[in-house]
Amino acid sequence: MHEISLCQSVLKIIEKQAAEQKYSRVKTVFLEVGRLAGVESEALYFGFDVVMKGSIADGARLELIEVAGQATCPQCSTQVALLQRFDACPVCGVTGLQINAGEELRIKELEVE
Amino acid sequence: MCLDCGCGSEQVQIDGQPHACGRRRVSIETDILAANNNHAAANRKLLSEKNILALNLLSSPGSGKTSLLTRTIYDLKNTHEMIVIEGDQQTTNDAKRIRATGVQAIQINTGKGCHLDAHMVGHALEKLQPQAGSLLFIENVGNLVCPAGFDLGEGYKVVILSVTEGEDKPIKYPDMFHAADVMIINKTDLLPYVEFDLERCIEYARRVNPEIEILQLSATKGQGLGQWYDWIKTLEKA
Repeated sequence: MHEISLCQSVLKIIEKQAAEQKYSRVKTVFLEVGRLAGVESEALYFGFDVVMKGSIADGARLELIEVAGQATCPQCSTQVALLQRFDACPVCGVTGLQINAGEELRIKELEVE
Repeated sequence: MCLDCGCGSEQVQIDGQPHACGRRRVSIETDILAANNNHAAANRKLLSEKNILALNLLSSPGSGKTSLLTRTIYDLKNTHEMIVIEGDQQTTNDAKRIRATGVQAIQINTGKGCHLDAHMVGHALEKLQPQAGSLLFIENVGNLVCPAGFDLGEGYKVVILSVTEGEDKPIKYPDMFHAADVMIINKTDLLPYVEFDLERCIEYARRVNPEIEILQLSATKGQGLGQWYDWIKTLEKA
């Protein structure tokens, strides 16, 4: 359940930004989550509600923006849509593709008051 | 645009009312692991200044991490200054096992946490005050999932898999095997008694991580330990 500690990091970031960006309530958190980032959406939703309780984001909604896995084949340079980390290149069969997208874990933006 | 009522959107016009519920969007664009990564970078800087080789040991519970560690300490004690950071949810049992070898060890109990993070390791380093040139082992919480994403500032990640587990662990937990620099296949003395397909395990590991170094050994019987010590010594010279 490292999703709980990820949510704690999210809270720290939004608390830190509150003064800078002048908001006192967070209504929605938009999170970019790569398909290969190793997090479970259900666990994130659960952890989010628990962690945000009593904070400036109490009751806030979590919106997950899924980022698909995308890689380049080191041998034939084919662009491959990755479903799993160990997928092979569909053209030449090589494994160990260079991952370009799908590992994201970012707070994109917030809806605030 | 406000998601509940649409204010801020040009399509929404409410006659006679400059509709605004006070909600707005602010851009954050921050990596969730940024704070951990900053702590990790600080640890890495400190370790490199002191010329300390740090190895982060990762595995499922029961793969023999602590046994490998105690054996390694015993065998390298005369030639190396070593220190250990032990991570477990509860108890100081492992740190006690390490201290029994005469080496300095600090226990981090993560409580409900399922992994060590760079901030915890930073504090442990403050307390341990490791000598320049020493060898630091960080034994992470037994878990093949969560510790994969948390950089501690170590030099290398060592994942340990024992032959009493399934040979398909590298593809079941690809994030961990992808992140690791070396995979140790432990308890090889038990190979005749278990149904563990060694070749297939290696093939799975390379599929997830073509660069991964693979060592086979038995921490309790001693076979293959020489390669492990050679691997450590090569890194120290690097």
